[in-house]
Amino acid sequence: MPDAPEPLVFELSQPGRTALRLPEIDVPDAAVPAAHLPAATLRRDPPALPEVSELDVVRHYTRLSRKNHAIDTGVYPLGSCTMKYNPKINDALAALPGFAHLHPYSPDHLAQGVLHLLWELEQALCALTGMSAFSLQPAAGAHGELAGMLIAAQYHRVRGDSARRTVVVPTAAHGTNPASAAMAGFDVVEIPSGADGVDLDALRAHADATLAALMLTNPNTVGMFEARAAVAARIVHEAGGLLYYDGANLNAIVGRARPADMGFDICHLNLHKTFSTPHGMGGPGAGPVGVRADLARHLPGPRLRRFDRPGERAPRFAWEPAGPEGIGRVRALYGNFLVLVRAYAYIRACGGEGLRAVSGHAVLNANYLMELLRPILPPAYDRRCMHEFIADGRVLRPLGLRALDLCKALLDRGFHAPTMYFPLIVEEALMFEPTETESRQAIEALARAVADIMAEAARDAEAVREAPRHTPVGRVDEATAARRPVLRYTPR
Amino acid sequence: MNVSLQFPENLRFTAEHEWFRPEDGAVGITDHAQHALGDIVYIELPAPGARLTAGRSFGSVESVKSVSELYAPVDGVVAEVNPELAAAPELVNREPYTRGWMIRVRADAIPGNLLTAAEYRRLVEA
Repeated sequence: MPDAPEPLVFELSQPGRTALRLPEIDVPDAAVPAAHLPAATLRRDPPALPEVSELDVVRHYTRLSRKNHAIDTGVYPLGSCTMKYNPKINDALAALPGFAHLHPYSPDHLAQGVLHLLWELEQALCALTGMSAFSLQPAAGAHGELAGMLIAAQYHRVRGDSARRTVVVPTAAHGTNPASAAMAGFDVVEIPSGADGVDLDALRAHADATLAALMLTNPNTVGMFEARAAVAARIVHEAGGLLYYDGANLNAIVGRARPADMGFDICHLNLHKTFSTPHGMGGPGAGPVGVRADLARHLPGPRLRRFDRPGERAPRFAWEPAGPEGIGRVRALYGNFLVLVRAYAYIRACGGEGLRAVSGHAVLNANYLMELLRPILPPAYDRRCMHEFIADGRVLRPLGLRALDLCKALLDRGFHAPTMYFPLIVEEALMFEPTETESRQAIEALARAVADIMAEAARDAEAVREAPRHTPVGRVDEATAARRPVLRYTPR
Repeated sequence: MNVSLQFPENLRFTAEHEWFRPEDGAVGITDHAQHALGDIVYIELPAPGARLTAGRSFGSVESVKSVSELYAPVDGVVAEVNPELAAAPELVNREPYTRGWMIRVRADAIPGNLLTAAEYRRLVEA
């Protein structure tokens, strides 16, 4: 049976209870100048913060964390999200005082080791993508996309090519692609795509003097390699546009194929997906943006420069302002530095051969799982997949069940669900991505759990429809939650 | 539990799963569409007076699964918006062709390329 619900930390509050005693204030109170903060914005009453002891806090959040499913507790085949294991040594290295305690305003000459690390990370990302320059500033994948689209806009603007207002996005794109292009001021046009990749005829129809860029994810969001990316690049380039690489799925090709060699001009990388940094989930993330050589002048500033002076043993590094053709800063300081340290640690730990093995195992694991599931849950696209694949949940329909029901039943068996109902171009999509960090035994156990649910569904569909029964929260009424949401906690 | 979908003969359809009623200009989404979307939780519609262009998006419908665009079946002007849907979007699931209508449009003309019930049924069952 589900546990009793954990109270909110506010409900644990006892008047006067604290974790530690703060020293008495030894400076006089001062009125806030009205010019700085108008009276209407000032609080009359103190905020209703929870009054709890340290032990209350530790128990509360430990209990909450035990209700969660995490990569550290079980298999997490959430397609498109790449829930790979994050090696603990990345955290240990990022916690070194030289990294963790460095003040962001430290002068360059006192931060040479850190600048050297950032410079080497930029170089590693250039080597892996074939791009000429990277900025580590963007704080998330979609932020990197926005920076990339602003670079595309700047490129056309500087050339006086103001008619280029269209960004073409295939239907298999991540939802962030059209959003990023629109935020950068472009008109977004959607074209079809499927297992064979982007529809080249539809692309040709938009390849004119208004085309600013095509955004492409390779492998695409149905887990297939866009084998005709180079042809798409030629069409876009001949029309005077740019080709944008959404690096969300670089983990399937890292060390084996490079976006620049396929003809891409700009790319962003989600460091959590390929380079094992923690998933941001609204917390600190990193989405570096890289470009071909002639676009480097449009990157966000400041830019990191390396100086090799004759007679000096070690190179020196310094921040330099970007030129007048840059898009400006996209974030304060230098990006989420400690996330970048983790990605650097991972790249150095794996090395070139290790990163090749990452993509090889990611693809092998996905294909192995696809084949194990084939007899009970056929693939939506029957061909070799890359790092993820979509299973066809429509086989559940004759039993009166949906993809959602299978997902809920997996939770009961200790596995996170695959991504469901994405991408939208596949009905009842169940998108599995085991990642390279799962063992053969873990993948086989997942396949057995799916087989077990399918057998139960044939026997007793109602039992599957009522799942999950053994999780802290059972089947939730998603429709009512969305139609009549309760968004605010009201004290009793 | 295979559901049997409704395809009313008096309506015209788009390949994007909207329906249009020539008598009064009502527009909604089809039984097939509401079934594929699942529980509908929010519908974004234009205000009366808004100009629609056939084939272009005029709003969106959000279900527990996804957000989908709504495409105008005809050129015209929005005459009325279903006032019930803001508080009860589930009407589109329950009665997609009657109480779940979304807008009424004063159509400039009735385009010849809209699908008949039989044609739309063939598209959905293909």
